[in-house]
Amino acid sequence: MNTPITRIATTAFTYGFVGLMAFLSIFPFVWMLLGATNSSIDIIKGKMMPGSALATNVSAFFTQVNAPLVFWNSAKIAILATILTLAVSSLAGYGFEMFRSRYRDRIYSALLLTMMIPFAALMIPLFIMMGKAGLINTHLAVVLPTIGSAFIVFYFRQTTKAFPSELRDAAKVDGLKEWQIFLFIYVPVMRSTYAAAFIIVFMTAWNNYLWPLIVLQSNDTKTITLVISSLASAYYPDYGVVMVGTILATLPTLAVFFFMQRQFVQGMLGSVK
Amino acid sequence: MALARRGGIGRYYNVNGWLFVAPALGLIALFMVYPILWSLWMSFQSGRGMMLKFAGFANIVRLWNDPVFIKALTNTLTYFVVQVPIMILLALILASLLNNPKLVGRGFFRTAIFLPCVTSLVAYSVLFKGMFAHDGIVNATLEAIGIIGEPIPWLTHPFWAKVLVILAITWRWTGYNMIFYLAAMQNIDKSIYEVARIDGVPAWARFTHITVPLLKPVILFTTVISTIGTIQLFDEVYNLTEGKGGPSNATLTLSLYIYNLTFRFMPNFGYAATVSYVIVVLVALLACVQFFAARERDR
Repeated sequence: MNTPITRIATTAFTYGFVGLMAFLSIFPFVWMLLGATNSSIDIIKGKMMPGSALATNVSAFFTQVNAPLVFWNSAKIAILATILTLAVSSLAGYGFEMFRSRYRDRIYSALLLTMMIPFAALMIPLFIMMGKAGLINTHLAVVLPTIGSAFIVFYFRQTTKAFPSELRDAAKVDGLKEWQIFLFIYVPVMRSTYAAAFIIVFMTAWNNYLWPLIVLQSNDTKTITLVISSLASAYYPDYGVVMVGTILATLPTLAVFFFMQRQFVQGMLGSVK
Repeated sequence: MALARRGGIGRYYNVNGWLFVAPALGLIALFMVYPILWSLWMSFQSGRGMMLKFAGFANIVRLWNDPVFIKALTNTLTYFVVQVPIMILLALILASLLNNPKLVGRGFFRTAIFLPCVTSLVAYSVLFKGMFAHDGIVNATLEAIGIIGEPIPWLTHPFWAKVLVILAITWRWTGYNMIFYLAAMQNIDKSIYEVARIDGVPAWARFTHITVPLLKPVILFTTVISTIGTIQLFDEVYNLTEGKGGPSNATLTLSLYIYNLTFRFMPNFGYAATVSYVIVVLVALLACVQFFAARERDR
């Protein structure tokens, strides 16, 4: 079975398959980067060489779109959502793991069940609620429904199992109150958990589309995802301009991912254990 | 309550614990539990805009006679049935290949294959729409290497539009699932594989008889979240097929139909809520089936 020929064939197959998959995964990014330097016609025709239209595309993008405002809108929503979600979910994850109550497990199961609720079933009531609260066209309306996330609570509770209880006991003996233990011991010790959760929540918030599409109707509140979507849905989309937009929309999440990659994989490990 | 009344330490624990979980529970109650119950109530009402009247089961009856709904339901289920198994299997194979420590450059391969799930659903949909245009780069390449004789109408043919949606979501999510499997594989004792290798168990059998059974809980988890994701598909179809749901509704999904019913056509919140409850029921049903199937095989 393990003859040199089958071994070579297996190795060749492995590298061929993995290499092809890696190529297919990266290709759209390469196409996007090259696209930003080419004219719309060249992009569609599949020119795979850098062109000379980068300056034209960038300036066209900046004249068609109020880029700083759009970028700021996205950043504001993503950062606000991330900070609030991490705060609320880590408190709950800590609470569910550290405190005993006879209702705890039942409430926790019910909480996990809410993960199964599809957003489509919430959007109409949520839209009416936001309308009644006068929050349509505000970024608060985008952020509010995303803060309470059963998935992130679950993630924090899973990783809290690895938090050494000796630390908590020692702090108690020293007379620290529960919120002090949380703030001054738990948060610093669990920073890689926070980093991984940061990536997940930030990306989700930055990339969110359906809910902002419903709530943000005026041009000055729109996020970058909404803007590139509308640029690309023109009858004759200018692909050079669209490429500049997709690059700008992808860069922040790409940067967050690369800066925090190590923590991300560690955090994932924690959630699977 | 009884526990709290016993006083002392039990009471202290309870009050503190509740304070820690209260913000999350409050927000979820307000923005998930309350709206889901509200939309259940709404699904028994009918009317235009906010002028809703109780209509009993009229909306449910209307579902059966609504060809657009049937189309959206069939499409959604088609995506689910075709795409989820392909993606899970592909992610498993990739994870087990990339888990081999002897593989040169596995760090690069992992990052490359994971990269798509950093992009936004909208951004990659827009990219795919350009790449799969009639005279676009994909058709040009396939023609150049002689796989196809004439361009494939990816965006305008009912069948190919569906294929494109499936290709797109597979591209976006395979790496995401792969990361879960890789993480879980780190926890498998390496000596199990060593023993199997010494006993002459071939690689394929090691994969099906060791890796897959040991990863079953993680596979179940990823299958359930992929199911939930696919049943709710919206961003991709909206952006690939210009919000219409493709040529003669060929790519229309349930979520997109709800959006159209609420914000594009004459708004009918009651009927839209009924369609949204179809998604709730589907998700619950499919998740139950998956949990049940996983448990059955345990025996």
